[in-house]
Amino acid sequence: MSTFLPHFPATFIVTGDPLIYGAEVSIVLATVGILFVLTYFKKWRWLWREWLTTVDHKKISVMYLIAALLMFFRGGVDAMLMRTQLIRPNMSFLQAEHYNQIFTTHGTIMILFMAMPFIFAMFNIAVPLQIGARDVAFPYLNAVSFWLFFFAALLFNLSFVVGGSPDAGWVSYPPLAGLEFDRGPGENFYLLSLQITGIGSIATGINFMATILKMRAPGMTLMRMPLFSWSVLASSILIIFAFPALTVALALLLIDRLAGAHFFTMFQGGNPMMYINLFWIWGHPEVYIVILPAFGIFSEVVSTFSGKRIFGYSSMVASLMTISVISYVLWVHHFFTMGAGPGVNSFFAVATMCVGIPTGVKVFNWLFTMYRGRIRLTVPMLWAIAFIPIFAIGGATGVMLAAAPADYQYHNSFFLIAHFHQVLIGGTVFGMLAGMYYWWPKMFGYMLNERLGRWAFWLFNSGFYVTFFPQYLLGLMGMTRRMYTYPANMGWNTLNFISTMGAYVMGIGFIVLVMDVVYSIRFGERDVTGDPWNGRTLEWSLPSPAPHYNFARIPTVTSRDAWWTSKQERSRSDAPRKLEPLQPIHMPKSSGRPFIMSAIFFIGGFGLVFNWYALGFLALLGVLVSMLLRSLEYDTDYYVPVEEIEQTEAALGRA
Amino acid sequence: MTIAHGEFPVHGRSINHDAPLEYSLEEGALRIFGFWLFLATDLVLFACLFATYVVLHGAAAGGPTEAQLFDVPGFTAETLILLTSSFTGGLGTYAMHNGSRRGLITWMIITVLLGLSFIGLEVKEFVTYATHGAPLQRSAFLSAFFTLVGTHGCHVSLGILWMLSIIYQLARRGITPITARKVFIVGLYWHFLDIVWVFIFTVVYLNGVMS
Amino acid sequence: MSRPSTHASNTASGSLWMYIVGFVISIALTVGALWLVLARQFSTGTLLTVILLLAILQIGVQMFFFMHITDSPRPQFNLWILGLGMFFTFVVIAGSVWIMSFGAQGY
Repeated sequence: MSTFLPHFPATFIVTGDPLIYGAEVSIVLATVGILFVLTYFKKWRWLWREWLTTVDHKKISVMYLIAALLMFFRGGVDAMLMRTQLIRPNMSFLQAEHYNQIFTTHGTIMILFMAMPFIFAMFNIAVPLQIGARDVAFPYLNAVSFWLFFFAALLFNLSFVVGGSPDAGWVSYPPLAGLEFDRGPGENFYLLSLQITGIGSIATGINFMATILKMRAPGMTLMRMPLFSWSVLASSILIIFAFPALTVALALLLIDRLAGAHFFTMFQGGNPMMYINLFWIWGHPEVYIVILPAFGIFSEVVSTFSGKRIFGYSSMVASLMTISVISYVLWVHHFFTMGAGPGVNSFFAVATMCVGIPTGVKVFNWLFTMYRGRIRLTVPMLWAIAFIPIFAIGGATGVMLAAAPADYQYHNSFFLIAHFHQVLIGGTVFGMLAGMYYWWPKMFGYMLNERLGRWAFWLFNSGFYVTFFPQYLLGLMGMTRRMYTYPANMGWNTLNFISTMGAYVMGIGFIVLVMDVVYSIRFGERDVTGDPWNGRTLEWSLPSPAPHYNFARIPTVTSRDAWWTSKQERSRSDAPRKLEPLQPIHMPKSSGRPFIMSAIFFIGGFGLVFNWYALGFLALLGVLVSMLLRSLEYDTDYYVPVEEIEQTEAALGRA
Repeated sequence: MTIAHGEFPVHGRSINHDAPLEYSLEEGALRIFGFWLFLATDLVLFACLFATYVVLHGAAAGGPTEAQLFDVPGFTAETLILLTSSFTGGLGTYAMHNGSRRGLITWMIITVLLGLSFIGLEVKEFVTYATHGAPLQRSAFLSAFFTLVGTHGCHVSLGILWMLSIIYQLARRGITPITARKVFIVGLYWHFLDIVWVFIFTVVYLNGVMS
Repeated sequence: MSRPSTHASNTASGSLWMYIVGFVISIALTVGALWLVLARQFSTGTLLTVILLLAILQIGVQMFFFMHITDSPRPQFNLWILGLGMFFTFVVIAGSVWIMSFGAQGY
């Protein structure tokens, strides 16, 4: 380590590229700015007490959402850079090496540091409120999950300016990602940051599964549960069973790189294909992990804004559960071209096509829910409706890709790129944006502006078609993914130009979305009722934002769409409701340890990136000590006294 | 208040006197359930390591093979020690249910000692291999072997540290619903590791000496 | 309404004999497997199947006698999850072996 330090700037800070210099300068400026603002307005204590140490699922949800939007921006900028490089043949806007880094970080960030925190933001804001719980099952663990994600994202993004970004693709296949071909620390950044965020994700999966299965309000049987909570259950099942495979794949590759093992090398019997196998055992369920919650959101949104209960509730539940099991046995369709033989490829091709069936059931159920409904075209509903054609086309091209012999043609072409962007953007991103608009008043107490929201929607949605439809054609014309430039005589010029224009329109759509958020912070309409959409599920029975204990009295549920039912009952009878007397509420205490422990993870991860084992070991020790201290802590919760609940409820206008 | 089966609507401290002590607080039952979920993920983690081992175990790359390395008395001793520790751990839980703190702590200390001797034997085995031309870097087979068996060993070591912390807490606080829950959970962890070891014994060692 | 299930479980985990019987069976399964292998009672394929079956029995022994899976409050979601976990474990291992068998002759 001592030999490194004198050369620190030259070795560690990435130099030589104007874009990176720009990033370095803006990071320094932003950091100084944030520190200045916090100090000037004396907000340090507030930051620590209200946010860094919180275990409240609603605040954790807000932090996930902010992080997801920031990462959406970073990943989006990567996408713009790539599309700019491909706008014309023989462009030299980005160097080949830089292009490799950009497509790697784009994919990794969008999946793991944008989609995952975005779904977790939705899990956190909606699930406990929908099922009538006061928090998640393990609030402390929930904070640990968030901070592990946060520091992992920090570690990953740090690679841009310190040490160099990973550049072996978001899947990071060996031997390209092995030590022989990729010596730089970038790959280590990838492996360690994903490992850390993976631990957090597994913990979130466990947490929400326990919450949903064990903490529902009295009377809320599983079959009375809102469909979003069902989708979170399905997604959590996949998380807890798929993420360990990622952990193992990354760990083994890391052992190859750090300790010179031969799992995936080309020598001493190593088999790089095994990495691909393990990676996709996680990777395929992962796309369902991020899309199932979106399905749940669409179910809530479509039902609310059609003014009807969801069509075919039981078949929706059955589809979710079926998808969560079937999607675990599809993973080979990501590498049909490995040549595992006709038996293997046929099995996984058929299984892949089967998963389309429950998905189709869901699409029809949404359509039938809208049929003869009193549809209100709010922004969340627009995203939900726009999702259906995009997803239907994406699903159809997916079935094309699932035909193993044909896949030899499509594999790793822009056809594939167009397909998975279609399902991931059309499904997950549209779903999360619908959810964001839908639950925003519940999170912050005011509405997002509908007018700007519509602009953002139409720009993003139309930009989407313009971007990705040409890419199907480009793929069929032979353009492969990850090529940083192409010659002029391939006939790809016009389509690439159109695609890039579409990407810019999507970029503008995102900017308008951010403008909507900024505008609404200042001018957004207050939500004083707590039920701005005339909702159906229990979260709308609470004030916006909900008090920290959520429910002053835990509701007793008698039917599906519990809040809708109780509104109907109330409108029918004028008799004043009998309220049970308030009781003290048992709540978890805030803790700074999740933040500190995750920071130690970050330090250890950073150490291992540069093979500083001493630092890694110290960090391991630090983590163990943190866990021990937690175990020795018995004073972890407190009671909210009845007077305080009464005051809070009165201040919120609730008797 | 009536509560439906298995539903815990609040982070309550209500005490259920009919249940075993570790389940008597709703929070305790919730945490035990959460730990089962963790064990399910850990199961899949080991599944991936086993899959890797099974795929790569033939790839000795001209280096030492399983049959040449594995020492029957050595791995048999490791297995019997770990199985016995699972039993003594269970006796600890039994003592706890009978309200005997002394018995519980004694059995837990015995379990820790057995765990330590298991780890001692495993370290000795690893050092012997590594210094006799069979280190992790030699072949894909050895990489997979050390990683699979070593991951189990790390789990056991963590379990030992964990039990020491719980023994300390028991000595200070006695058997309460909270410490009982902790004992029960670490017990689940320990028995689970025993199950994993049985598969290492079967798939790695017995299969190895058979070939 | 109390939980009737927990009454029975009190006795399930209460008997010392449960632990002793569990221990004896687990040792017997282990020693049995070892003996079968060392004495080469069957052909390799059969032997492997038999010792794997013994190992699977061992799961049952540990879970029932030591981990008291039957103790937990109803409904026993932990059993569902565990069952699903075992299914996925099987899928991962059998699937990987099947998929990766394509290049086996190369190694």
